[in-house]
Amino acid sequence: MAVVERKPEIYAGSRIPQPIPTVLLTDPALEDVLTVNFGPNHPSTHGVLRLIVDLHGEHVVGLSAVIGYLHTGFEKTMEQKTWWKGVTYPARVDYVSFQYNELVYVLAVEKLLQLEVPRKATWMRMALGELSRIHSHLVYLGTSALEIGAISMFWYCFRERDLALDLFELVTGVRMHTRYFQVGGLAEDIPRGFYDEARAFCERMPKAVDEYEAILNENKIWLERTKGIGLLSADDAIALGQTGPNLRASGVDWDLRKREPYLAYDQVDFDVPVYHGGDVYDRYKVRVDEMRESTRIISQCIDRLEEMQGEPWIADDRKVVLPPREELHTSMESLIHHFKIVTEGYRVPEGEVYVGVESPRGESGCYIVSDGGPKPWRVKFRAPSFAALHATAACATDAAVADLIAVVGSLDAVMGDVDR
Amino acid sequence: MGYEGVPGLVETNEALGETTLVVDPARVFEACTYLRDELGFNLLLDITATDYLGWGATPVAGYYGTAGGRDLNDPAAQGYERTPEPKSTRFTLNYHLLRVADDSARVRLQLLLDDGDTVATVVPVWPTADWHEREAWDMMGIAFDGHPNLTRILMEDDWEGHPLRKDYPIGGEPVRFSEAE
Repeated sequence: MAVVERKPEIYAGSRIPQPIPTVLLTDPALEDVLTVNFGPNHPSTHGVLRLIVDLHGEHVVGLSAVIGYLHTGFEKTMEQKTWWKGVTYPARVDYVSFQYNELVYVLAVEKLLQLEVPRKATWMRMALGELSRIHSHLVYLGTSALEIGAISMFWYCFRERDLALDLFELVTGVRMHTRYFQVGGLAEDIPRGFYDEARAFCERMPKAVDEYEAILNENKIWLERTKGIGLLSADDAIALGQTGPNLRASGVDWDLRKREPYLAYDQVDFDVPVYHGGDVYDRYKVRVDEMRESTRIISQCIDRLEEMQGEPWIADDRKVVLPPREELHTSMESLIHHFKIVTEGYRVPEGEVYVGVESPRGESGCYIVSDGGPKPWRVKFRAPSFAALHATAACATDAAVADLIAVVGSLDAVMGDVDR
Repeated sequence: MGYEGVPGLVETNEALGETTLVVDPARVFEACTYLRDELGFNLLLDITATDYLGWGATPVAGYYGTAGGRDLNDPAAQGYERTPEPKSTRFTLNYHLLRVADDSARVRLQLLLDDGDTVATVVPVWPTADWHEREAWDMMGIAFDGHPNLTRILMEDDWEGHPLRKDYPIGGEPVRFSEAE
């Protein structure tokens, strides 16, 4: 049986397989090649990913990915719904960082409407966005460590994940797919008690991250299985359209929150972790550090939000935003507006926009086209997972079959986001 | 930022802070190579096809106005029938490009295509285009010349039609055990 050589140093040149980048082609001269079907229903595929793997001993010598098992036609469905109803769908596209997908859609519609959002909504969007980043990274860390043997990580990570979901429940009434962000602001005011709970979470989180690192950073098995595995150089990462933690782990200092600050990211203090190894370990380090930074951002948001108590949480624009519930009993005008928005929907001026934000998985983008009517003409999500999964073949060069699971886990593709 | 040198440039549109370069579809490969090598757009974010079949067929009525200071008493804010500006071709194909560098920038490259037109692949320029082009083929039926593996990606291999086209029905699943059987 062939022994897999470890190459912990980052390679020179490009490793993107030629001539077909999708597929790592098997060398026809090789004998004794075993073709193995991996997935689509496999616990370590993070959904329903199917890989067809050619093995030579333990070596991965050929690879192709089959996706689409989770294709639900969100983009087609959203063309049939009003702008207002469409807010429900994006959260279900990438169901692990649900809040961020909601955000990018809402920001795109607001850009076309040229709608001003009250500052309280902006800061709350930031707080919940970062909370969903922590949630997403916890799911990544728990599951991908579980897959390569560190079972206890799963329990630790899901312990804190539950606290994050409790916070979502406190604010929105549901634990996932909240539909809390509305075009114009937030659906409801921030409930009493949120600030204290969020503070307690922020206090706990850095200690919890210390615990995760205490389990993994010195863990020999973890280090053996992640260091120097799944290498991706900076040039290859850019050529393959990688963004977010995968790009930052390859040594590219690129974060939209710093480069093109949206919301109020230019007013908060945080650092962007960048590592240069380009391997599974560095992708883990980037995400763990990001959890600490996100905690810092949340506490700053809470400080600012507390000063804004009593301020409006949604724009005062009756042509787009639902009137306050209590007005419906007394005001005819409000009732008409409510009826019009709910039945017919508001109209968005003609045009096309693209908005990109730094989601937990990289640049999540939303491209929308409006013909001036109450329904979107075209909605397209730029899915970071779609690009991330495309890098599997480049990362799996020189990999052993067991490394493949570490590689797929570390790229952190969510199949809902890949297939949409 | 000078985009005048982009090969095959037809038109440059600025709207809502976004730049759209409309390029002659026959010269897309040259244009993309130029944008990558001369202007530094090293990261291809996305390729999106849009179907404009039926665009403007029904006039759009209703109200909308501007943010803040929207005057509800202004008659123009109450709306009247209007049609969106007509499109010259059925499809557009949009390449969203990003420059990952200290002077970051974004640009949208747009091609105007009719049904049946083929476009040169840009996989040699940005390898990530591979899957995006396959998605555009699968969902919209835009064919790419020279693509290494132009097969369906999200739908099954034997699927018929391109689901995101406007003439593709939303329902259409045959009803089993209906009275007709």
